[in-house]
Amino acid sequence: MSPLLAIDGLTAGYGGLPIIDNIGLNVAPGEIILIIGPNGAGKSTVLKSVFALTSIIAGSIRFADSEISRLATQKLVPMGIAAVPQTRNIFPSLTVSENLDIGTYAAPPRNRAEVEEKVLTLFPDLKAKLNQPAGELSGGQRQMVTLGRALMSEPRLLLLDEPTAGLSPAYLERIFDLILDIRKAGITILMVEQNARQALSIADRAYVLVNGRNFASDTGANLLANDEIRRSFLGGTRPS
Amino acid sequence: MDPVGLFFYLVAFLIFGGIYAILCLALNVQWGYGGLFNAGIAGFFAVGAYTSALLTAAPAQTHLGGYELPVPVGILAAAVTAGLTGWAVAKICIRLKSDYLAMASIGIAEILRMVIVNEDWLTNGSLGITNIPRPFDGFVQGRAADILFLLVVWAVVIIVYLICNRLYDSPWGRTLRAVRDNEDAARAVGKDVDAFRLQTFVIGAALMGVAGALSAHYFRFLSPEATEPLLITFLVWVMLMAGGSGNNKGAIVGALSVWAIWSMTEIFANRLPAEFATRSSYIRMLLIGLLLQFVLQRYRSGLLPERSPGNAFDKDTDKTNG
Amino acid sequence: MESLMMEFINFYLIPGLALGSVYALGAIGISMIFGILRFAHFAHGDVMTLGAYGTLTAVWMSGLHPLLALPAGIAFAILAALAVDKVFYKPLRDLPTIYTVIASFGVALIFRSLVQLIWGTQNEVFIRGVQKPIVLFDLIRVSVLHLESIAVIVLAAIALHYFLTRTRTGRSMRAVSDNPELARVAGLDTEKVVRSTWIIGASLAAIAGVLSGLDTNIHPNLGWNLILPMFAAAILGGIGKPMGALLGGMVIGLIEELSSYTWFTDEPLINPGYKTATAFLIMVILLIFRPQGLLKGRLF
Repeated sequence: MSPLLAIDGLTAGYGGLPIIDNIGLNVAPGEIILIIGPNGAGKSTVLKSVFALTSIIAGSIRFADSEISRLATQKLVPMGIAAVPQTRNIFPSLTVSENLDIGTYAAPPRNRAEVEEKVLTLFPDLKAKLNQPAGELSGGQRQMVTLGRALMSEPRLLLLDEPTAGLSPAYLERIFDLILDIRKAGITILMVEQNARQALSIADRAYVLVNGRNFASDTGANLLANDEIRRSFLGGTRPS
Repeated sequence: MDPVGLFFYLVAFLIFGGIYAILCLALNVQWGYGGLFNAGIAGFFAVGAYTSALLTAAPAQTHLGGYELPVPVGILAAAVTAGLTGWAVAKICIRLKSDYLAMASIGIAEILRMVIVNEDWLTNGSLGITNIPRPFDGFVQGRAADILFLLVVWAVVIIVYLICNRLYDSPWGRTLRAVRDNEDAARAVGKDVDAFRLQTFVIGAALMGVAGALSAHYFRFLSPEATEPLLITFLVWVMLMAGGSGNNKGAIVGALSVWAIWSMTEIFANRLPAEFATRSSYIRMLLIGLLLQFVLQRYRSGLLPERSPGNAFDKDTDKTNG
Repeated sequence: MESLMMEFINFYLIPGLALGSVYALGAIGISMIFGILRFAHFAHGDVMTLGAYGTLTAVWMSGLHPLLALPAGIAFAILAALAVDKVFYKPLRDLPTIYTVIASFGVALIFRSLVQLIWGTQNEVFIRGVQKPIVLFDLIRVSVLHLESIAVIVLAAIALHYFLTRTRTGRSMRAVSDNPELARVAGLDTEKVVRSTWIIGASLAAIAGVLSGLDTNIHPNLGWNLILPMFAAAILGGIGKPMGALLGGMVIGLIEELSSYTWFTDEPLINPGYKTATAFLIMVILLIFRPQGLLKGRLF
């Protein structure tokens, strides 16, 4: 099957200063792909490059067989890509319902009511809070609001930048479960995650980035079993 | 125009050019060094002008004082009162985004205008203060006095220029530029960023007061009209932008060149048919407004850009969006 | 006692509400522009002036009542605002916003000198002669204009609330004001939001300009003279909170009028010459104690 997203020889950064160098990466439809690596390896920069939030120096990014590396962010949502930034990822003074609504503006879904129903089935916690300003919610609930907003555009590819950052361990489990549910709904996922060990257990494949370059890539299970990877990136101890 | 007339036109041009140069240097301390946006230059100018006028003028029933103090005392007092006004404004807004400082400074300037117009006992309202002396009044009379005053003004310009240059190169100036260019880094190494900003604003305001005082002594007469914000605040901004913010020579060059453009348009306007001539001052305003936009878009670093590498405010090079 | 009460209502309270309406209409635009474009728009008062002169010209040409000719003034103000945004503000969008603030000073001057060039500097009036006030219950005497102003602000409040919470453009505007980066990631058309901001801001400013011109007269400094109380109103309401700005405008207008009422003695509390300074004082007190405003606006 041809990949949904294919990144090839990507060099990108901010203001002409490259952060990532010659990155290659493929995401097939229906996969959960993980990017891990030490701090400052350029993981988020890869996601931001796909979303046209960096300056791309060289390389190509193809989505569903069309080149998107020259497109503006605004054009990507209607094509079927949605992104969830790591921080400041809600509209705090808008209500939960309005936050979800914003998700539909760039890419109006065919059946809005149905999509909203689906999203609220995924995140039942939000049902009682629809008319509350999103800024009043807890960290975990905010994460659900931003995921919900992204899903409202019915994306084919979802980019997640550290979806569990700053969450309590209890929420961490729930978010990973939700990511599996989202995939079950037919959405392909490319994510960056600090909690690499848990994330590897739900990912199909993962790319390890070091200093802005590809270091290794394999299935989640193989990487978890790899001693060198475990020692360098997963904190050394044996997987539980 | 006969040669003598031309010569004295030039003297008058350079006297006011010098006063503008001081204003421009003062604004450069606030904006070029400290990145502080002062939209109320006219207010500090007015405080200085009235302070010095009231202290040095002959006694009068129509306004406070007339204490006949020596002119240098008046000018120093002008620096002190304008500096204190600046301190009060900066104290309130220094922590906030620069837009707030703009609003507060313009507000202070407007309130000062109200005070000047309303408080007759203090300022004689719109009738103004007369009999303001010039320095060395006893020595020369007539047109020669203009030449002498020209020398006084430019002596002050040179002193202010030297002070500003010393400030720029001092450890204080270096810290200030660090604060301006990267506030977070400066805070991280333990610099009291707000205190540094406050100091720049006060120094700038004090120098603006000096310029105001000189202008009052030059005209020997002072009324609220002399502190017209368009002519003081606005023109000075255009001058500094055109000359090159951050560079003291640029500030002087900018002041003189924009003042030259301003004065020359006046000469042309006087030759226009009467129906246009009455409206010519608005055409000049329009042109100055457009000149500012042009400078902002095309010549942000000005005629003489700042010496240190990279113009601090131009984030062109490190934009984070592609 | 009763007559004192009536004097208070007739000469202070109602004019205060009417003045507040003018401030509120201007402050809404200032607050929106500050929230979405992130800069203090110093030319906003002069957009009001343009709206007033545009309407005046339409009145001259058509002979209509100023409120009927208002759409022409609104259109004129919108065109001017969109044009300066495109030519003067947009090229500076990627720079620190203080450059745009400086540019807006220049635009204020450009607008004012254009008005002086085209219409001259003399005072103009919309309607000649004195209008009879409406007398209610033999006690309350209100000028028609003040009633109109209050009606306009009530309508504007309802329309604005509906627009901001129910329409897609309104919600997008609030989203961009809340979190511009996320708005971009969510695929919102930021330039369209910016255009809507100018259109709404300029329309309300034009209405404010005409109301203010009807109350006294029309002159080139009409809007510039109002810029400080309008900024004060925007800060009072919380930057980026249009409904807050509306409230802030009403409060500032009331305080200005009430400050010259004979509260404790036979003398006005504050010399009427300093009326506009009271707005500024409120602004200063807010900046010291509560810079986020009453409705918890964004603190920049």
